Order: sequence, then structure tokens, then C-alpha cells
Amino acid sequence: MRVQLVDIAHARSGDKGDTANVGVIALRPEWYPLLVQQLTRERVQAHFQGVITGDVQRYELPNLNALNFLLHGALDGGGTLSLKTDAQGKVFSTALLRMTIDVQDADARRLDLPAAR
Amino acid sequence: MSPSQVVRIAAAQGFWGDSLDAPRRQVDGGPVDYVMLDYLAEVTMSILQKQKERDPNMGYARDFVGAIESMLPAIAERGVRVIANAGGVNPGACAAAIRQVLAKHSKATTVRIGVVTGDDLLPRLDELFAAGHALAHMETGEPLSTVRDRVLSANAYLGSTPIVDALARGANIVITGRSTDTALTMAPLRHTYAWKADDWDRLAAGIIAGHIIECGAQCSGGNCLYDWRSIPNLADVGYPIVEGQADGTFVVTKHEGTGGVVSVHSISEQLLYEMGDPHSYITPDVIADFTTIQLEQEGPNRVRVHGIKGRPPTDSLKVSVAYRSGFKAVGTLVYAWPDALEKAQHADRILRERLDRLGLTFDRILTEFVGVSSTHGPLTPASGYEAPEVQLRVGVRSESKAAVERFTREIAPLVLNGPPSVTGFAGGRPKVEEIVAYWPALVDKAVVRPHVEIV
Repeated sequence: MRVQLVDIAHARSGDKGDTANVGVIALRPEWYPLLVQQLTRERVQAHFQGVITGDVQRYELPNLNALNFLLHGALDGGGTLSLKTDAQGKVFSTALLRMTIDVQDADARRLDLPAAR
Repeated sequence: MSPSQVVRIAAAQGFWGDSLDAPRRQVDGGPVDYVMLDYLAEVTMSILQKQKERDPNMGYARDFVGAIESMLPAIAERGVRVIANAGGVNPGACAAAIRQVLAKHSKATTVRIGVVTGDDLLPRLDELFAAGHALAHMETGEPLSTVRDRVLSANAYLGSTPIVDALARGANIVITGRSTDTALTMAPLRHTYAWKADDWDRLAAGIIAGHIIECGAQCSGGNCLYDWRSIPNLADVGYPIVEGQADGTFVVTKHEGTGGVVSVHSISEQLLYEMGDPHSYITPDVIADFTTIQLEQEGPNRVRVHGIKGRPPTDSLKVSVAYRSGFKAVGTLVYAWPDALEKAQHADRILRERLDRLGLTFDRILTEFVGVSSTHGPLTPASGYEAPEVQLRVGVRSESKAAVERFTREIAPLVLNGPPSVTGFAGGRPKVEEIVAYWPALVDKAVVRPHVEIV
């Protein structure tokens, strides 16, 4: 079954120089392991291909059922140098939530996951 | 204060430009002991430095004067104490302006103002270079000397110690320059409970309390994605309050009857805001580990925070340098149905061709189509939906002010001599802006000398 992140997680993003961070939080604690398993550094790097120019770093915060991603080279130079509407990376959060993942049907039923709209 | 007693710290400003009513609402809405106001973003210091160059009595957050005025009865009659980094690059002038406001209230004449300085490294740059402190850029490694003649401001981020000192010396209002945002919350906790300077876990808790409330209502329902439709009454959003305890645990809440929400979800989102490596949130006081934070909803709009671990800080302070870095301008036009996007794209090609013919070169030209792809770019799915209108948004950046100025004259002509169905030019010619860029650096703690004065 295809699942879109926006239906199983919420997120907030911010900036540090030319780097955007996206914190992704599972909407239910039992969905957090799925985020850990599916949202690999490589997967997120591929998702943002053509949007960011640098690497992606990933950190786990199991205490908050959250992952934190650093997206380097995301903000056209960052801060006041950037010409982007989103110069401070405020909406990279929902850009990540556009991602869809494939989950085995049995797992999707067991976890009561909503299907992608 | 006995160890079981609670100290209430209210956040009333998340940046310079935040709600003017928040300070008064925080002191009138229920019991608070301290109000903290965070005015300084990364480039705010440079704006203030420019103001000080024009007028030596300026260079601080002017909004703070009105904030004090609106809180005056609480400060003078109820003993509410206020901590703010409103001093910017001129804490002394800020204190003088506040003193004038206090003179208007008969009971406020005894109010003591603590002024924290020592963060300003601008007058000491050459001395620091000569002593081998390169203030190298934290990302590129370049020494600051490469842009020395363009530097506008240079400030070290001070920790909570000088604020704690000012509170111990009886200051009712503490004004700082570039303190860490988190220090403004940490200081009253340290002062109240006399936490030792090496009590790493409690200090880390103070930092995290500060991180949660330093952006004002962004932890109490503002900008909250979780079930956003259900968040009640944002028109009257309650700004956050930390109820601290001696053991380092604390509750985040807001005044009764206010709008917004304080939940595990709203706090979790704020904890992750501008987060780097969560294991190492580095401050001058302590390194806090965000992976140890435990959150519990203990009641409606009450989140208990506990379990926090910290470890000793580094020997460096972060320095925020602002320097002039060329000019920029952004021009916009709106194209209407039919074929709105195609018309906007065509206008962009024409504009770029004209800029080429004029021989203008830019360090950067960026085109965005607002309504189509400006926020999520290529991640936006091709939906088959035809936008009723599209805003063409073109930005340029250059070392040459003349080139940027010429660009601003090339937008309006497109209304009459470019693709059809165009509107939205009521705002006039785009404004040329000088870019003040941000240079993050580190400096040895030992060379920065914080100073506290009670006036």
C-alpha cells in the first residue's frame, strides 16, 4: 500500500545559514519505527534532488518519535543573501511530507495506516 | 524561595516585530514572576548598528520602550522582573530610554536596571586579529580579515551568568546586547534556585525551557501543523509560560482563557525548530542533549518536561558578524488565466534577454512562479489543474548597485510591452536593498569579558 507522509507525520522546519532542518514527528508512536526504517538519509536525499545542492544528515530522537534532517545547500545562500520566497526554509517541512512510501499490506493493516489520497 | 516553589517565566516577544500586545497580556492575564523578551535574530544586530551610525542614541529595539510602558504597573507595583536582549548594539542608550519611561510612574523611580555589555567585539577586531583570533567562518573556514572593511557588527553570544549576576544585584529590569536567546529564560531559573555553574543536567533543562518559549507563540499553537484546524482562537493566542522547579523539571503552559494550544505536539514541533545535531545543542552555559527530553501532557494546555541531561560546554563562544555583501532586488508581476503560467514563463525569458542586451551581469538571478512552484519547486506534482493566476517573481543579486537599480526599471515596461493579461504592479518599482550577510564564527571564551552595571 502507498502511504503519504503527510498522513502519518507532522513536521517543522527552520534554517541555519544555507542549511534547512526538517524535524518529522510520527502522528502516532507506533508509526515511528516505520519512519526510522523508511526515511533513510539516501531516500530523503533522493526526494530533494534538484531542490538542494548539498548532502543530507539524519538524526534520531526516539523520545519525541521524531527524526531530524539537515538539508545542506537548501536556501540559495541562506539568510539575507537568498533570493528565494522561502529564504528561511520555513516550508521545507511540508515539502518532505509530500513523500510517499510503500508498505506491505499486512503491515499497513496491522499499523492501521491511512492509504495515500 | 523554598525548593518546592514554582517560578513563572512568561515569554512576551519571539523576535523584533512580534505582537505589541503580548507583554501587557502576559502580565495582566495571570500570575508571572518574570517576563522574557527576545528581540534579536541573526541580522538584527547589523540593522541596529546602521541605526547607531546615523544616531549615537539609537541601536536598540525601540519596541521595548513601549513594552515596558505597557507593563509598568506590574513592574512597579507587583515586582514582576523583566529580562530582554533589547539592548542590541547600544544597551546603555536603551537603559536611558527605559529610565525616562519609569520616571512617569511614581512607584517606578526605585526600579533598578541591570545592563549587560561586553558582547560587542567590533571595536576590538584588530586587536583580536593581532592576537591570532581569525574569527574564521564556521562553514567556509575563511578568516574574517578577508571582509574586514565591510564588517558592520561583531558580537559574541553571552550566556546566562551576567544576567544571573544582575538579578542577584537586585535588577528589576535586565537589558542585554547579544545574549543567547535561551539565557533569558535560564537566568531567572538559575537565580531562583541557585543552580551551580556545573550542575549540567539542571542547566540543560534551563536551556531547553528557553528554547521552547524563545519563539513566543510558536510553541503554543502558532505555526503548528499538527491538526491545525482544531487549534482554537488564535486571534487571542496565549503566549507561553514556563513554570520552573528547583529540580530542573518544568511545565509549559499559558494563561487561562487564552487561545492556542500547549500540547506534546505543539512543544515537539518547537523543539525541532532550527535544530542541528540534537545530541549537542551547544550554548555558553552547557551542552544540552535533546534526545533525553521527556514530554507529558499533565492537563489541558500543560506539558511537563523532565529527564533532561547536559554536559560541560566548550571553551568557545559563538560570534555573529554582519558584513555588507552587495545589493539585491525582487520584482513581481501577476499573470491571469488563460495560460497564466506560460505567459509568466514567457515574460521571464523576455526580461532575461533584455537584461543580457543591457550588458548587466548578476551574481545570481532567480525566477519563481508563485502559485505553481515557488515553495516546493520540482516536488510539486503536475496535477492537470490550471492556475487561475501566477505571480512571476524575479530576484537579482550583484555587487553593483547600478546593475540592480537598472533591473528594477525593467519590470514595469513588461506590463505594456510583454505578454498579455498582466496586472499587480500597484506597489511601484522594486526597492534596491543592501545585503547585510551573516558570518558565524567562534572565539575563545577567555577573550570575551562580560560586564554588568546597575543603573
